[in-house]
Amino acid sequence: MTNREPLLRVEDLVVDYYSPRGVVRAVDHISFDIMPGEIVGLAGESGCGKSTAANAILGILREPAQMTNGRIFFQGQDIASMPPRAHRKFRWRHISMVFQSAMNALNPVLRVGDQFVDMVQAHERVSKRDALDRARDLLRMVGIDPLRVSAYPHELSGGMRQRVIIAMALALQPELIIMDEPTTALDVVVQREILQEIEELQRELQFAVLFITHDLSLLVEFSNRIAIMYAGEIVEMARAQELFREPKHPYTVGLMNSFPSLVGPKSMITGIPGSPPDLANPPTGCRFSPRCPHCTPYKTMVHPVLQEIEPGHLVACHLYGAEQELTHERASTAS
Amino acid sequence: MSAQALPVEVAAPPVMRVEGLTMHFPAGGGVGPFGTRRWIHAVDDVSFDLTPGRVTALVGESGSGKSTVVRCLARLYEPTAGTIMFHGEDVTHLKQRKELLQYRAQVQMIFQDPFGSLNPVKTVEHHIERPLKIHHIVPRNEIHRRVLDLLSSVGLSPAQEFAAKYPHQLSGGQRQRVAIARTLAVEPTVLLADEPISMLDVSIRIGILNLMHELKASRNIAFLYITHDIASARYIADDVLVMYAGQVVEQGPTDAVLQNPLHPYTRLLLSAVPNPEAGLTGRRIQGRGEVPVVIDPPEACRFTARCPNVMDRCRTAMPRLAEVEPGHLVRCYLYPNS
Ligand SMILES: Nc1ncnc2c1ncn2[C@@H]1O[C@H](COP(=O)(O)OP(=O)(O)OP(=O)(O)O)[C@@H](O)[C@H]1O
Ligand SMILES: Nc1ncnc2c1ncn2[C@@H]1O[C@H](COP(=O)(O)OP(=O)(O)OP(=O)(O)O)[C@@H](O)[C@H]1O
Ligand code: SF4
Ligand SMILES: [Mg+2]
Ligand SMILES: [Mg+2]
Repeated sequence: MTNREPLLRVEDLVVDYYSPRGVVRAVDHISFDIMPGEIVGLAGESGCGKSTAANAILGILREPAQMTNGRIFFQGQDIASMPPRAHRKFRWRHISMVFQSAMNALNPVLRVGDQFVDMVQAHERVSKRDALDRARDLLRMVGIDPLRVSAYPHELSGGMRQRVIIAMALALQPELIIMDEPTTALDVVVQREILQEIEELQRELQFAVLFITHDLSLLVEFSNRIAIMYAGEIVEMARAQELFREPKHPYTVGLMNSFPSLVGPKSMITGIPGSPPDLANPPTGCRFSPRCPHCTPYKTMVHPVLQEIEPGHLVACHLYGAEQELTHERASTAS
Repeated sequence: MSAQALPVEVAAPPVMRVEGLTMHFPAGGGVGPFGTRRWIHAVDDVSFDLTPGRVTALVGESGSGKSTVVRCLARLYEPTAGTIMFHGEDVTHLKQRKELLQYRAQVQMIFQDPFGSLNPVKTVEHHIERPLKIHHIVPRNEIHRRVLDLLSSVGLSPAQEFAAKYPHQLSGGQRQRVAIARTLAVEPTVLLADEPISMLDVSIRIGILNLMHELKASRNIAFLYITHDIASARYIADDVLVMYAGQVVEQGPTDAVLQNPLHPYTRLLLSAVPNPEAGLTGRRIQGRGEVPVVIDPPEACRFTARCPNVMDRCRTAMPRLAEVEPGHLVRCYLYPNS
């Protein structure tokens, strides 16, 4: 990447859920950016806050979630501070999203083509005919016979429905597409076909992607950079190949070591002992310390912050870089 | 990476022999053009053995028939054709409640969704006690002791603490361990695990696989491990069967099949698995779609529509499953004897 302006810049984002059990801080001071045309992966265990972060970027958080801190810039504009209507309008023109389990999100009583027309006409002045033409083009792009515009969702397989969803996400020519586990429910062969298609389209149309999944090996293949989330925080971020070859954070190392491989010698792998913390009551200091094989008792008291330890490689771990002191912010959130 | 070679086992005679297993379901939409019923061929002519201390993996995409095989073996379905021999006895058509109950105690199932299989208002102890009582496994005064032993053996310790918990107080991986402890309570000889890790979080999947690996050896259990994750099959299975559209297309020792995949479908499946070393661009695949639902199939190879090697004869006759190397069987005309 050159020193162009980032397309998206997330600064110190915090999202809280106000639940009966107390405040659940699902996203805790995360910052990252995405360059134009870049594919950024976001990985981490279930419940670490990936979808919540995506929803905050889109400005579609719903009760009881609230963005309690941070700013989100898109092409330099602070979108999170826009009035809701302006934000929505802005978002539709520039960002689209493929939701987790979107496959089942198509309207079952509307033909595929009509769903395109409805969506496009809601945001642009186009005739039904032109919108349908665009739908056919987009279906062709994602490998579906254009004649399928007249099919109902139930006439399509799961993989085809997912392709339709991706085609719809492309319809308004967004600069950024957020994809939340777009292929997790699919078989590997179909998953790979769809990823290949996304990659080709991305190269042709140059949109940026924020790709969310728990499947790290898939992300390494697919993205330019990867951010690893743990318990609401980004604990490591680096270029994909570098993260794969030299993971630094013990959590990243553990995740890498959780997938049996198809190649190489067969050996016993151990994964990560324990389970992620309750976000209503997270451990003090490093959140990963109860599961970490390296941390000392003293260090578990202190909260490590994300810092650049090599160009473009950020880690939040006491094993790397200078000692960290408790910041005021951390001290108050940890209480 | 911690490395420790997995131990190699010596094969014993099989406890379960499955021969020509076939399961057809009536297709919806009533009758066909000539007033005949149409049939979904969910499973056609599947044969394999299960051996104590060995894991046999059944891999294949959604809809290929894996769960149907499991339900036939658990005798939740009565097969349309074929035989299931258990300890030398034909159990294919067992009908009496008592016989079925006895059979199912020895051939236990582990399901995909550990939450759905546990009762939310009962403690862990209750779940494990029940089979011990129903099948009179140990005297009453030893039940509690046995519950704790079982919990420890699946890695839930301190066992006393876990015994008192309710399902919602457990993580997904812990729930799956409870489900496994419950199946172990009746000292089964065969365990049928249908996608036991696919709903679990990545970081805890490997723990369940390691547990299965340990149990097959320590308890001499014959495992059937159903999965669509072929890398996990490589990790714990001794033998593997690859299913496509209701049929076994390739089967043999895991290493033989995965290092030297012969069937075009097995090759497709392997090339589709994410591989961080390679990257997407260098190895494009041509998969062309999904597993078809097989209704009254014609005499032809079921993979023809997606196969890169398809020849004329593939469309007019059905290849047989034939031995290509010792113990390595393939159903494809690219190889002799098919
Ligand atoms: N309505 C809610 N009330 C309270 N807490 C919530 C609510 N919705 C989500 N959470 C909590 O917020 C955290 C983050 O959830 P989120 O859905 O963002 O996780 P995720 O990383 O997308 O997980 P997954 O991989 O399972 O999709 C979780 O720990 C969850 O328990
Ligand atoms: N009870 C039933 N009645 C009718 N058809 C059935 C029945 N059970 C399964 N089938 C069909 O048989 C085929 C095989 O289904 P099965 O559930 O065995 O597949 P599977 O390999 O386990 O798939 P998955 O990976 O999605 O669990 C499918 O086409 C399915 O629709
Ligand atoms: S028999 Fe023919 S169509 Fe079937 S897998 Fe072999 S080559 Fe392909
Ligand atoms: Mg999510
Ligand atoms: Mg199944």
